[in-house]
Amino acid sequence: MNEVAEGRTARALVWALIGLGILAGCSAPAAGGVGGGEQPVAATPPTSLADDRPIIHALSRLTYGARPGDLERVRAIGLLAWIDRQLRPRTIDDSATQQALAELATLRMPISELLREYPRPDPKLREKMASGETTRQEMQERYPMEKRPVQIAAELQAAKVVRAVTSERQLEEVMVDFWFNHFNVFANKGDLRWYVSAYERDAIRPHALGKFPDLVRATARHPAMLFYLDNWLSARPNFTVPVGPNRGRKAGLNENYARELMELHTLGVDGGYTQKDVTEVARAFTGWTIDRPQTHGRFIFRPGMHDPGEKVVVGQRIAAGGGQEDGERVIEILTRHPSTARFVATKLARRFVSDTPPPALVARVASTYTSTGGDIPAMLRVIFESREFYAEDAYRAKIKKPFEFVASAVRALGGRADAQGGLALARASAEIGEPLYLAQPPTGYADRGEVWVNAGALLARMNFALGLASGRYPHVTVELPALVAGADPSSPAAVLDRLLAAIVADQAGSQTRAVLVAQLSEPQITRLSPDDRGPANTDVAKLAALVIGSPEFQRR
Amino acid sequence: MPTRRTFLKAGGCALVAYAAAPRFLLRAARAAETNGKVLVAVFQRGAVDGLSMVMPHGDAGYTGVRPSIGLQPPKRESERAIDLDGFFAFHPALAPLVPLWESQALAVVHACGSPDTTRSHFDAQDYMETGTPGIKSTPDGWLARAVGGRPASATPFRAVAIGSALPRTLQGDVGAISMQSIERFDVRAGSDGSARQGFEALYEQGVRDLLHGTGRETFEAVKMLRSANASRIAPANGADYPRGQLGGALRQIAQLIKANVGLEVAFADMQGWDTHVGQGAERGQLALRFREFGAALAAFAQDLGGKMADVVVLTMSEFGRTVAENGNRGTDHGHATAMLVLGGGVRGGRVYGRWPGLGRHQLFEGRDLAVTTDFRTLFAEVATRHLGAPAAPLFPGFRATQPSLGLFA
Repeated sequence: MNEVAEGRTARALVWALIGLGILAGCSAPAAGGVGGGEQPVAATPPTSLADDRPIIHALSRLTYGARPGDLERVRAIGLLAWIDRQLRPRTIDDSATQQALAELATLRMPISELLREYPRPDPKLREKMASGETTRQEMQERYPMEKRPVQIAAELQAAKVVRAVTSERQLEEVMVDFWFNHFNVFANKGDLRWYVSAYERDAIRPHALGKFPDLVRATARHPAMLFYLDNWLSARPNFTVPVGPNRGRKAGLNENYARELMELHTLGVDGGYTQKDVTEVARAFTGWTIDRPQTHGRFIFRPGMHDPGEKVVVGQRIAAGGGQEDGERVIEILTRHPSTARFVATKLARRFVSDTPPPALVARVASTYTSTGGDIPAMLRVIFESREFYAEDAYRAKIKKPFEFVASAVRALGGRADAQGGLALARASAEIGEPLYLAQPPTGYADRGEVWVNAGALLARMNFALGLASGRYPHVTVELPALVAGADPSSPAAVLDRLLAAIVADQAGSQTRAVLVAQLSEPQITRLSPDDRGPANTDVAKLAALVIGSPEFQRR
Repeated sequence: MPTRRTFLKAGGCALVAYAAAPRFLLRAARAAETNGKVLVAVFQRGAVDGLSMVMPHGDAGYTGVRPSIGLQPPKRESERAIDLDGFFAFHPALAPLVPLWESQALAVVHACGSPDTTRSHFDAQDYMETGTPGIKSTPDGWLARAVGGRPASATPFRAVAIGSALPRTLQGDVGAISMQSIERFDVRAGSDGSARQGFEALYEQGVRDLLHGTGRETFEAVKMLRSANASRIAPANGADYPRGQLGGALRQIAQLIKANVGLEVAFADMQGWDTHVGQGAERGQLALRFREFGAALAAFAQDLGGKMADVVVLTMSEFGRTVAENGNRGTDHGHATAMLVLGGGVRGGRVYGRWPGLGRHQLFEGRDLAVTTDFRTLFAEVATRHLGAPAAPLFPGFRATQPSLGLFA
């Protein structure tokens, strides 16, 4: 066992002890192993936030929003023990989610099977339809909707929503979203339609709480990334395709992947590379391509396309003749670079702390990257144990991006969605500005509030709130009666209290509360006309929609 | 146009709603001073190949470097590039723009771009939108500053972006609006409007932050748009907008202009210019983008008819593409590109800017078209001469090293 692994085991034990003993309550699964030497971490988070606010805060950052009862559950387990468990998702039973995903067959298919089962329509058929030779019905019979390639991305979108709403492994889902966005691909680009679900499943998910360099390695050789950033076509100068349908075609160097690998995946744009480095990295990756993209879709290294010469990448020499190893060497050089540590640390801190993360925290996370070889849980622990994370000015400082808003609204209302409902909610996310798996540029979606707050998007959020609370999304159920159970419907104030407690954990500002209280006497809420004398029949759905559409609920 | 209530849009101190009333009167009084000019910015995201958009067929350096994606020199009555002045030619798919060129409503600025040498889409777009090449900390966009420097006006529609997000160039304290569609810009549930009132009240008061500020402007805009009935205004003069992102955006911008809601600047995006693979020549991937681009601009000009005297469309892209074709019949990230200026008092029918040449020794870093016109020279000229925006806050730190282009008489 090396030093790093030993340190981790020791720490895991400490966390387990915290879960078992110090913070009392439910048991956390013990990690086992003996070790020691490390000081036990604090039993309570370093915070000045009062009462339940550290828990409310952590729930809002590590999950897609709190469900009814989550606060009480975390309080019982102990916050740090709960965080520890979220960092080790394999220890959390999530069979209900697996069951909910069972009907989505494409999620489990290898690329070759997807290519076979969801064939691209024969281009001649389109002509035949245009000329009237083939009827729409014949087309539909031959290529039924559920067997068209578009189904693959649709099932992936539905699954993403179902997981965000249902999964017990919330932090893992948050990290899958985070890393997919970091290593973004655009699901509608050509053959990517068949590759995108395998990309998330095989390249992103296994490493979402693993080691950062493994993410780079896995994405670099995945057909989705090879296709998205064109590396599969990149070849040494004057390469002529020797066989196959493109025989005789000339190909050459393509810089697209090389540049984004440094700018967006590792060093960051100011990480200290030059145009010359871009060209050198591109040369190193020549030959990393896709084996028969339209039938097999597997990584293959083709030595004939590879530029065998020497390369120099950010000052480091890669000797001539390395073949496929050249690319591996580049990844090693880049993932060990201090700029990568800083870049990754900054992005993590921005996701979990604030749009302008505190430099001291970023520095500590970066140094953890370096000392652990990019261990993601280790970096996250530094964040979740930091004073900066629990600081007053980080509390509710982040604006939810559209997908976070949609998922958190469903969760707040105790909602559930099946696959079809998931697709409806994915469309809602798109209307608010974040179509899932469809960020076209390699930068992915931005993680800054001002990008998501604008007039049109705000209206879309309100419209979604109204639709969701009144049950207008098919296959999405919300549990409003349970949420306000016990509150007298003739007392709008009592109903409002329940809703504020459930949806925003009683953290509504005094202005919002005052406005909502003022609304309570409006006929839209009481459902009484001015002449009615009977008791109010509170419109719970409308009141819940107002809370979900309120400024407070747009934040996490 | 007066609305029930207006609010301070500039950020800063905490402020409650009723304090805004005197400000509203002040603004309404000033509204009469606006000159009715509109600037529409169109961003070609992904770096358009300026050498295909406006081909330098007169430059010998063009020959041979693009064996499979190069355009054939212009030839009358054919599907080839369309000659403009004996040296430059439009891509054949830009044919809808030719009548505008011939009537001198349309000008080209070639070899235009940023003094910053980045080939990162993200950084270059950021620099072009903030108007501060090399500086990332600039909080607002140049288009927002162009509006902010003009006399105040009482409408929430001074600055509008069509799209799901507010672009960097309109971020700032002018309270720009973004919308995906005019038609759906409202709280949809409840025919009685009660839900709208509820939400409006939630954002009406309280802290002065991004969410509340945006919320207030949103509801002002919703009300104004409803009364102006903008979504019912049909394209005029037989204008036929192409399907797609840009056509849809320009059609709605035209509706806002015709609805007289006080629009001063508008912004529209068009994606799909990052042609690393299989770019095509007279036909193909890039040609299809040009077809939509040209048809959308032409439809917009036709739709607005005589109103185009008050409207200028300015197109831009973060950088150009390599002069030589790459290994995959495409082009990689380059430097200078071409930009178009259409409408208003533009002296069109000519190509502006010094041509740096395509000879190997003339290229930037030995591979890309050099920049001879700083994009800020062009943008500043359009903003000051057309909109009448004061030059001072537009491009902080910019000292023009070249005379103005003389785009306007």
